[in-house]
Amino acid sequence: MSETVLDVRDLHTHFFLRRGVVKAVDGVSFSLRRGEVLGLVGESGCGKSLTALSLMRLLPKGGARTIKGEVLLDGENILERSPAEMREIRGRRISMVLQDPQTSLNPVFSIGDQLREAILRRRRAPRDEVTKEAVAALRRVEIAAPEQRLGQYPHQMSGGMKQRVVGAIAISGQPAVLIADEPTTALDVTIQLQYLKLLKRLQAETGMAILFITHDFGVVGRMCDRVAVMYAGRIVECGPVRQIFDAPAHPYTRALIASVPKMTGPIGRLTTIEGQPPSLMDLPAGCRFASRCAQVEPRCLAAYPGTVQVGPEHTADCWKVVPA
Amino acid sequence: MTEQPLLRVENLRKHFALTKGILFTRTLGYIKAVDDVSFEIRAGETLGLVGESGCGKTTTSRMILNLEEPTEGRVLLDGEPIHGLQGEARSAYRAKVQAVFQDPWSSLNPRMKVGRTIAEALIVNRWGDRAKIAARVRELLLQVGLRPEQAEQYPHEFSGGQRQRVALAAALASRPRLIVLDEPVSALDVSIRAQMMNLLKDIQAQDNVAYLLVAHDLATVRHMADHTVVMYLGKIVEQAPTASLFADVRHPYTKALFAAVLVARPNRQEEEIELKGEVPSPLDPPAGCRFHTRCPYVMPQCSQKEPALRAVAPGHFVACHLFDDMRAA
Repeated sequence: MSETVLDVRDLHTHFFLRRGVVKAVDGVSFSLRRGEVLGLVGESGCGKSLTALSLMRLLPKGGARTIKGEVLLDGENILERSPAEMREIRGRRISMVLQDPQTSLNPVFSIGDQLREAILRRRRAPRDEVTKEAVAALRRVEIAAPEQRLGQYPHQMSGGMKQRVVGAIAISGQPAVLIADEPTTALDVTIQLQYLKLLKRLQAETGMAILFITHDFGVVGRMCDRVAVMYAGRIVECGPVRQIFDAPAHPYTRALIASVPKMTGPIGRLTTIEGQPPSLMDLPAGCRFASRCAQVEPRCLAAYPGTVQVGPEHTADCWKVVPA
Repeated sequence: MTEQPLLRVENLRKHFALTKGILFTRTLGYIKAVDDVSFEIRAGETLGLVGESGCGKTTTSRMILNLEEPTEGRVLLDGEPIHGLQGEARSAYRAKVQAVFQDPWSSLNPRMKVGRTIAEALIVNRWGDRAKIAARVRELLLQVGLRPEQAEQYPHEFSGGQRQRVALAAALASRPRLIVLDEPVSALDVSIRAQMMNLLKDIQAQDNVAYLLVAHDLATVRHMADHTVVMYLGKIVEQAPTASLFADVRHPYTKALFAAVLVARPNRQEEEIELKGEVPSPLDPPAGCRFHTRCPYVMPQCSQKEPALRAVAPGHFVACHLFDDMRAA
């Protein structure tokens, strides 16, 4: 039985700038079930990272505010929690891994110090017990000779190893939800594969749910059970991975998949999406993809299409889609 | 008659000395970033150079750009060695071999209008008077799919994909014979990446310019390159016409690279090779075959003897002891 652990409803996070309001996340809804991997896919500036930061309540300084919506973690709206309560929630119930491990780790503290800090935030314990737990955490992420590694600093480790340490810290509090924001983008391909396999194994062991943010459909195919495709601040299509790849319903998803160079099949001109996404300060009234869509109609420009049920678990925001 | 290649790289080596101390420097060892690399690029063709971080692909391309002196070996353009060129000859070479790098932000001067950036190469080479240069800048902007009036804009007014087009226009200004493309699309979004790749192919068809494409993404290489060279720790492990490489991957490292490519729709069960561990330090590369510490097919001789590149099919070369018994094709 799949049970919802994270339910995001109509989330709006905008930047309030002197020049205007940037509607970076503008009505995002999705749910994440226990033990599943949901991919959040989209191009730069579509709002996928800001969605993640909104869930963590770690918005960048400079005018970003979540103005509307609910983030239900095990049924509890964490947008209503105080900053002190949020510090208890982060790391224990919802945790995050970022793209660049270099910026997640403090260069002047040893790996051991940083792991011990994460463990001590959860509970008080004698030093040798904490160290033992830190060693176990490194072993879980398949770091060889963990006892020696504890005394080392981030610069003494490779990128792949640092990202494992970040992962070890992120899951040390046994969170129910892990948000992974492009965790393998900075890694080499063979190291990326190792890391993805490790994440899968950890997920199988702990049963945590993963929200996996990426721009790479290959990573989605490897990691995810379901995918949500984002465009200009909204999720335009959501469904099981197989269905999204085999029968994408939204024209944007179709064009995006078609424009990826393939490893097999004929080599010809690649399909492209002409034009640019709309400005998030000045969004059109109708469908946000309309200006770049090959199948645009007058009604697409007039009003935003509702979310249409395409299949049992498959939805798309498009006028042209035929409801199932 | 065999056609002379545009660019020939012969037994190229680059060793960086690792030193300690400022006044009394001691040499601790040498990092063999590039170790005996040879290949050719023909006019109007694309050579893909593939490998992971630290394999030497960037150092190789820097030597081809004459930004780095090789420790040993030569680079020849139209049969003429390029290192040791002085004055005029050196500028002439720079005009013939240009580069586009991964991050267009860092290759464009933020305080210069893009038209001026593109004109720079023409001004330096005293290519013509103001009017002639301005006309050429307009022509270049059109060629890369931008509008001529955008010459008056600054880099921050462009999107990432457009900035990469500006960088390409600047590289094309001096009508080069070869452009080194160092990860030209990896910083771009998926939909923009396809536009850029199509544009590069169009320009190649129009101008007959050759590309050295340094990339880690095999699907990009498959779409762009005529020949592909795979490097590991400073050595070429496999090289072949791209079509024949993709049809029949031979070297265990190349196989692992292919297995690590994540495809959206895995339709068949691929041979799953997962490499254990990470790339060893180039300061102290493994003896024998440099890949033997991670190779799933390692044999006793692999740690003893370095495998030579040998032909396994016409034009297809592999450096691996697994192919020792194969008769040279």
